[in-house]
Parts: sequence; structure tokens; C-alpha cells
Amino acid sequence: MKILVCISNVPDTTTRIKLSGDKKSVETNGVQWIINPWDELALTRAMELSEQNAGSIQAISVVSVGDASVEPTLRKALAVGANEAIRVNLVPADSYSVAVQLAEVVKQENPDLVLLGIESSDFNSSGVGAMLAELLGFASVSSVSSLELSSSGLTIKREVEGGTEQLECPLPAILSVQKGIALEPRIPAMRGIMMARSKPLKVVEPVAVEPLSEWIELELPEAKSACKMIPEDNAKELIRLLHEEAKVI
Amino acid sequence: MSVLVYIENRDGQFKKNQLELMSYAKKISEATNQELVTLSIGNVKEEEWARLSAHGATRVLNGENLPNQIDNEVFAQALFAAIELVQPKYLILSDNNTGKALAPRVSVKYRAGIVSGILGLPISYEPFVGKKRAYSGKAFAHVKVNSDLKVLTLSPNSFEIKESSGNVQLEAFEPALPTPKTKVVQADKQMGKLLLSEADIVVSGGRGMKSADNWGPLEELAEVMGAATACSRPVSDEGWRPHHEHVGQTGKIIGPTLYIALGISGAIQHLAGVSSSKVIVAINKDPEAPIFTAADYGIVGDVQKLIPQLIDAYKELKQ
Ligand SMILES: Cc1cc2nc3c(=O)[nH]c(=O)nc-3n(C[C@H](O)[C@H](O)[C@H](O)COP(=O)(O)OP(=O)(O)OC[C@H]3O[C@@H](n4cnc5c(N)ncnc54)[C@H](O)[C@@H]3O)c2cc1C
Repeated sequence: MKILVCISNVPDTTTRIKLSGDKKSVETNGVQWIINPWDELALTRAMELSEQNAGSIQAISVVSVGDASVEPTLRKALAVGANEAIRVNLVPADSYSVAVQLAEVVKQENPDLVLLGIESSDFNSSGVGAMLAELLGFASVSSVSSLELSSSGLTIKREVEGGTEQLECPLPAILSVQKGIALEPRIPAMRGIMMARSKPLKVVEPVAVEPLSEWIELELPEAKSACKMIPEDNAKELIRLLHEEAKVI
Repeated sequence: MSVLVYIENRDGQFKKNQLELMSYAKKISEATNQELVTLSIGNVKEEEWARLSAHGATRVLNGENLPNQIDNEVFAQALFAAIELVQPKYLILSDNNTGKALAPRVSVKYRAGIVSGILGLPISYEPFVGKKRAYSGKAFAHVKVNSDLKVLTLSPNSFEIKESSGNVQLEAFEPALPTPKTKVVQADKQMGKLLLSEADIVVSGGRGMKSADNWGPLEELAEVMGAATACSRPVSDEGWRPHHEHVGQTGKIIGPTLYIALGISGAIQHLAGVSSSKVIVAINKDPEAPIFTAADYGIVGDVQKLIPQLIDAYKELKQ
């Protein structure tokens, strides 16, 4: 069995977002780039599955759609333990343009299982996984919070509105994973970092694609006015303010 | 030409956020001068139609014989059938697990651009530009959609519920659906509990709550206020609370009317997930905690002591 983990290269979660002059993108100066947190959990779970089911997983590949600046992040994924990396040489315009490229990679590489994070922490669109499923016609499950291999394919837990479901899913499959799929993301060890240097990182050219949407402008949230402090012994005053001033209760 | 909205029921009932969605779709249909068509899947209690009617529903495609919980791929087929039937210019879904799973499939099938998690009404209709959160709530993006069909998933609590007169006409909707590839072997429902995504008020606890055993009073506060409960990431990592309560950059991103943070320090990753709440209240024993920079009202104090006092004060107010 082969697993393909799709990786989005995003600003570190502690980044304070600043806008570029034309307000179309964010200032990247000084930004640390990381594996999108959910993708990191997906990769971690792929590694765990390959260790727990000795011999049944032959290879774990990672793929990212982006220009050369995403390569350090792919190297990090290799250092965590992926066997090979693929970069599709395109700066993505929207979820659709990413999904179309990933579909091509899947057709070339023929993985049995494709894992994606539930969303990318930059665009927050939660689109790519389900788009990929629709493009390829594989079985697919979203909001996956637990994943095990089974004799017939996969045993999965997913979150639905107001509860959870346990499912049996055949292969090949595409899963969008969220919190719970793995507990702690793996961080590369020194040995992994050394080995990653010699692992293959393949660059492929994109197929033509027409984006369906575009970001025309970014804005930052309005600055908050100062917090009104209430003395510790006056919970009643807080409730009164919420009722009479803020009018939210 | 129409506006098609999928209104989801939970145990046969339409929850508040679905009435918000209905009001929203009604508004879009008026603004663009198109017929409003509502899609419902699964069995709905009879009296619920009047509620939907009171929020603008008229023509309803009633898929009452279709299973309520279905495989994403099959569900998408039902949606495609409805799209073929009414040829919408707008497809409107909730920005929840269902909407997140379906909107992208429609997007691929009809080459339709999505604004996922659109915040309220669009900035403009021609061209269509909607506002959504980006960088996990640290910024907003204006997204332009060029395609003929536009898919919108509405961010909960971003549009005001409006009553309007409708006259529901139920129309049987029974598309032929393929057999699902996946099979649900067990379903666990969170019965009766208010969902985080549906709540106006959210009471949230952090590591300052000290241990799982201290959640009783917090739950009581949530209950008397009609609020949902949430928590910070370390709290769910520790297993004090379930994962689905985790809010923040790597958990749920929420925008309730009132967010009450109890013993939460206000790390940037946490704030990203709650900063679009209308009003934030913070209670923390550390006056320097960053949560106070994001809060509207604050008390420097011990949560253990203050929660019972809040419960009493709230009960007194409501008397
Ligand atoms: C990649 C990444 C992603 C992350 N994503 C998220 C996320 O999505 N959501 C999230 O929440 N965090 C996230 N974090 C973690 C985040 O950085 C913080 O560690 C976390 O939010 C802190 O949780 P806390 O406020 O509950 O705990 P702490 O930071 O430990 O704060 C506890 C607070 O309680 C106060 N306190 C203690 N006792 C009392 C008392 N008796 N009464 C009143 N106050 C008291 C303290 O003064 C303190 O301010 C992420 C971190 C990383 C690295």
C-alpha cells in the first residue's frame, strides 16, 4: 500500500499577519514557514500506521503545489519520515487549482490512500480534499478524527454535525483529517534531517488550469478598544454590563 | 434561474443556524431577483415547515425518503440532481461539516467558484465579491467569483435571522442515488446538547480551570445561560474535554455573540479562533494575560470563585 500526504506550506501559527503594500498578499519577510498543522498530523498518522502494520505500507510520499520556496517544508516532511517528495511547480490561485494538480499527481503515482488536512491555515477553505475526491471518484470521507487499517480497507471515525460516525471505507480513498487523528505531531530528529538530504524531491510541471475564484484584497481585523475592567468582587456588575451596555444577554 | 439553499435538519428539526441560513438565502434571492428554492433531505417533523415558512421558504424540494446521513459522494449526487432541476445561480450551504464536504464537489462538477465561510452579505453582486476569514481569523479576504454558478457556505452567526412571510410548497424530491462506497457501522449522537457552531453564547475553559473535575460549575454556567461549552487546546490535549470543543487556530473557529474565556491565557493561536466574537469576556487571575488585550470586559480573579458568582448574578438578572 502507498500513502500520499498532501502538504500545504503555511506561516507559523505565531505569525502576526501584516499586509503587503497592495493589500493582495501578506508580508512574508521574517515569516517562518511550516507544514500546515493538520497535514503534519496526517503525516504523523501515516508514519504510525506504517510502524504498526509492519510491511503493509511500502511508501509514504508527500506532495505540495508551490514554487521553490515550499521545498524546505517538503524537506521537513522527509525528515519526519516520508520516503519521497513531489513538488508541482505552480503558485496556487485557489483550492480548485491545487486540487487539479494533485489529481494529476495521484494519476501518476497511484497511491491507495491520499491524506489531506481538513483545511489549510492560510486560505481556510476546506476545499481541496473534497474537490480531489470529486475529480478522481475515489471513496472519500471528510472530518476524519481516527484512522485504522482493516482487512477490507479502512476503519474511520468522522465528525458530523452533532455527533460522530464510525465507517468502513474501501481503498483507494481520499481522507480529509482533523484533530484527533494523531495526538502530537512528530518533529524531525537529527538522524531524520540527515537522511532527508538524500531522499528524492521531484519537481513536476503543472497542467493548465483556470482558477474559479481569486483573492482581490485582504484586510486586517479592526483594533479592539480597551478592555473594561470590573472589580473581582463584582460579578453582578459584569452581568449588568453584558445585559444593559453590550446587550448580548 | 434561482437561489438554491440546502437546509439541514437535526433529528427532524431545524436549528437556529439553519433559520439564519434560510433568512440569508431569502435575502440573496430578493437582492438578485430570483426564485428561492429550498432543499431538505431526510424526514422533517410536520410543525417544522411552518418555522421555515416564517423565515422565507416557499418552494421546497422535500427529499423526505432520502437517508439523513449519507456518504458525501452520494449526498453530492442528490445535490447535483437538485441543481439540474432548478438551475441555480447561487447554491447556499452552511459552513459546517456537511457544507465543507459538499460545496467543493459542486465546485468541481459545475466549475463553480466558492466563497467558503462567507461572512454575511456579499460586498458586491456584480462582480460577485464576498468576505471570508483568512489566516485562521487573523485577516479577512475579499474573494471574487467569476463563474455563472456561485457556491456560498455561510459562516454561522454572520447574518441576522429575519422573519418574513413565506408559503411553503412541498415538492417530492426523489432522485435515483448510487450505492455508497463507504458504510456507516455506528453513529453516536450528541443528543440534546447545544453545538458549538450553533451557539450564540460560548463558555470556554482553559488550563486555568486546573483539572477535568472542575468543569461542573462551568457546565452549569453554560446551561443557565443557554450557552455551548468550549476549551483551549491544551485542555482537549490533556483529555479534560472532548476534541470537538477545542477552539482556536487548529480547532474550531467560531464567532458567537458572546465568548466567555475562563482561565485562558489568550495565546495568538487561541485568539485566532475566537477574535470575531462580538463581545469577549475574560476572567483570568493574571492581569498581564494577553486575553485582556482581546477582551471587551475583564475581571482579574480566580475562576473557581467567580463562576458560581456569575451563575447567581445571571439567575438574578433573569428573574
Ligand atoms: C501549532 C500550534 C497550534 C495551536 N493551536 C491552538 C488552538 O487552536 N487553540 C488553542 O487554544 N491553543 C492553540 N495552541 C496552543 C497555544 O499556544 C497555547 O498554549 C494555549 O492556547 C494555552 O491554553 P490555555 O490558555 O488554556 O493555557 P495557559 O496558557 O496555561 O493559560 C492558563 C491561564 O489560566 C490562568 N489561570 C490559572 N489559574 C487560574 C485561576 N484559578 N483563575 C483564573 N485564571 C487562572 C493563568 O493566569 C493563565 O493565563 C497552539 C499551539 C501551537 C504550537
